[in-house]
Amino acid sequence: MKKHIFSVLVENHFGVLARVANLFSARGYNISSLTVGETEDPSISRMTIVAVGDDSILEQIAKQLNKLIDVIKVRDITHRQHVERELVLMKINAPKATRADIIQAVDVFKGTIVSMTRDELGVELSGDSDKMDAFIEYIRPFGIKEMVRSGKIVMAR
Amino acid sequence: MTKRMSGAEILIDALVQEGVDVMFGYPGGVVIPIFDVLYKNEDRIRFILSRHEQGAAHMADGYARSTGKVGVCLATSGPGATNLTTGIATAYLDSVPMVAITGQVRSSLIGSDAFQEADMVGITRSITKHNYLVDDIRSLPRIIKEAFYIARTGRPGPVLIDLPVDVSAGFLDDYVYPDSVDMRGYKPNVQGHSKQIHKVAEAFAEAQKPVIYAGGGIKLSGAWDELLELAEKTNTPVTATLLALGVFPQDHELFIGMPGMHGTQTANFALTECDLIVSIGARFDDRVTGDVNKFAPQAKIAHIDIDPAAISKIIKVDIPVVGDAKQTLQELIPMVAAREKNGWCHQISEWKKLYNVPFEQGSGSVIKPQYVVQRLSDLCPSDTFVATEVGQNQMWAAQYYTWRFPRQLMTSGGLGTMGYGLPAALGVQAANPGRTVINIAGDGSIQMNSQEWATAFVEKLPVKTFILNNEYLGMVRQWQQLFWERRYSSTCLKETPDCGRTCEKTGKPCDRMYVPDFVKLAEAYNCLGLRCSDPAKIDETIKQALAYDGPVVVEFIVEKEANVYPMVPAGKPINEMLEGDA
Ligand SMILES: Cc1ncc(C[n+]2csc(CCOP(=O)(O)OP(=O)(O)O)c2C)c(N)n1
Repeated sequence: MKKHIFSVLVENHFGVLARVANLFSARGYNISSLTVGETEDPSISRMTIVAVGDDSILEQIAKQLNKLIDVIKVRDITHRQHVERELVLMKINAPKATRADIIQAVDVFKGTIVSMTRDELGVELSGDSDKMDAFIEYIRPFGIKEMVRSGKIVMAR
Repeated sequence: MTKRMSGAEILIDALVQEGVDVMFGYPGGVVIPIFDVLYKNEDRIRFILSRHEQGAAHMADGYARSTGKVGVCLATSGPGATNLTTGIATAYLDSVPMVAITGQVRSSLIGSDAFQEADMVGITRSITKHNYLVDDIRSLPRIIKEAFYIARTGRPGPVLIDLPVDVSAGFLDDYVYPDSVDMRGYKPNVQGHSKQIHKVAEAFAEAQKPVIYAGGGIKLSGAWDELLELAEKTNTPVTATLLALGVFPQDHELFIGMPGMHGTQTANFALTECDLIVSIGARFDDRVTGDVNKFAPQAKIAHIDIDPAAISKIIKVDIPVVGDAKQTLQELIPMVAAREKNGWCHQISEWKKLYNVPFEQGSGSVIKPQYVVQRLSDLCPSDTFVATEVGQNQMWAAQYYTWRFPRQLMTSGGLGTMGYGLPAALGVQAANPGRTVINIAGDGSIQMNSQEWATAFVEKLPVKTFILNNEYLGMVRQWQQLFWERRYSSTCLKETPDCGRTCEKTGKPCDRMYVPDFVKLAEAYNCLGLRCSDPAKIDETIKQALAYDGPVVVEFIVEKEANVYPMVPAGKPINEMLEGDA
């Protein structure tokens, strides 16, 4: 099983997301993340889809996406030079005793403190998945009260 | 020139401009504006009122398959639209060009669970090539243009247009029907890559034991002449799928019949032993390949298909060629070297001699269904169109009818839709007045859309239905006999709660009544009803039916437990066929 990143340009209509999501569910493909947003051309959106499967499934995913009339272009950018980013927002348990440690970690990982109460810190962090995973792993023992993690957005270099 | 027109008027005008001369459907509340325009345009488009929307969809399908043109059906919102879905899915799986138009509730009510509201765009997303909800009358002309273009180009398929009533009843001041489409996401690739085509030619040169595996794509692209030329130039045997029967002359020495579950021994042995498969417009359906891991173990595989997603979906392909079958073959033929007949051709003709034998009725007093099909093939005019239902009747038709031209057979291959044959045959007849159109049916399937005999009579569509009545859902019963120790659960159509299945336990003939009485049913629809149970009267009955100027229903009472052979059990390799005495 491999993880591939597809960068997909689609018509910016309502219903296109449903078509793509439907394709994955109807054909039993696995999506691990999907993000959508407008591009520099407002009539076009870009979907970044991270999918998991063996070579033949990944090949079918690309071909089936291409078959959708509203899909303009599909690129598998896994093996191309690219920049990828994810965003995570979290509320971390932060009583006095551990607060300094947490602030230091946020600093090392180049995150930002976005909110603060007597015993809680709100943190924002962006980066690639490895960085996200490393940060989350480090923070987990302190107590993550709530976490929101975005899908990947990716741009070929 | 621009005109002020209503949405319904735009729709009908656009259909006329697309060359639609017949359409099929059923009215209802939200499509009254469209029917009103149809009423005023009776001289431009013939509207055929089916008795069930499923019937209308299959009629459009039969119209399309027999002509190559786009079939059009129309239904109201909600239940009318959902009734179309089986017909749409049938067309989707067999790549039939179709435009299905459904009414929708007023735009402002969409999403409110309004009366007769169904989310058709959602429901048909995975059974259409594309679909549209028209949210603005200004996009209606473009959408209709695109729908027809998408339906008939590339790998054809059904396209649904869901039309809210406020759009069809609304007005547009400056209507013009566009003369071209501009879709950046849809550009079918018709021209195969020359380098790849070269590789196919090289593979031919290297192969000792090649086979051409021809699919429905040959028919869709009109590539039958090229197929014949390629096969003859290279002396390569040709197997044709269920959807491709008729694309290659049946009596040709290179023709080896249908492959797969109920294919010929010759085709299945040839596919198993060959060293090259050149697949053209076929998709390695599981009914063809059997156990994929043991399919064509020594063969290199070249696959020509207009749909890139069909390539390497089931079987890893060595030489992919994405392109239209006709254009690709035209480019390929000059590249391939002519080949003499070799030992492989000799082997093929040995197999054919051994296995390709006409079916014998024998001296028994019970009609053999296979023999009926063979007699139909001999007695019907050679330009007869044939539709089938699904089950044993369908496979016997495929096996024992002699296919003479490419668009001769209409059968639901991909979805296997019981109830397809009669309405499809009516669609064929509407498109081809004056031609003989027959439907080879099972007694179970025919009951799924028998209401369309009313359409046959009223619309003067003189389709002849030949029911092979074995009193069973025969194909399922066959599986139960072969793989489920004869437990005929819910496959006997005469079974009653109190019959105790005495026939199975004692072997005594059953004295229950078969319903319906097909002759009476035919008569109720003002069709001619005939029944035949005597092998000596088969020919006479067929001739009487063919001579009648109107729709006919013939019931042949046939052997109850006849089976379709050869048969590859599901999941087995295709050279492991069961061969019964049929
Ligand atoms: C709509 C639908 N329902 C169920 C089936 C499953 N099925 C396949 S063949 C068959 C039996 C068909 O019986 P009949 O029409 O009498 O034909 P026979 O096999 O006896 O020739 C059934 C139930 C189907 N193909 N289509």
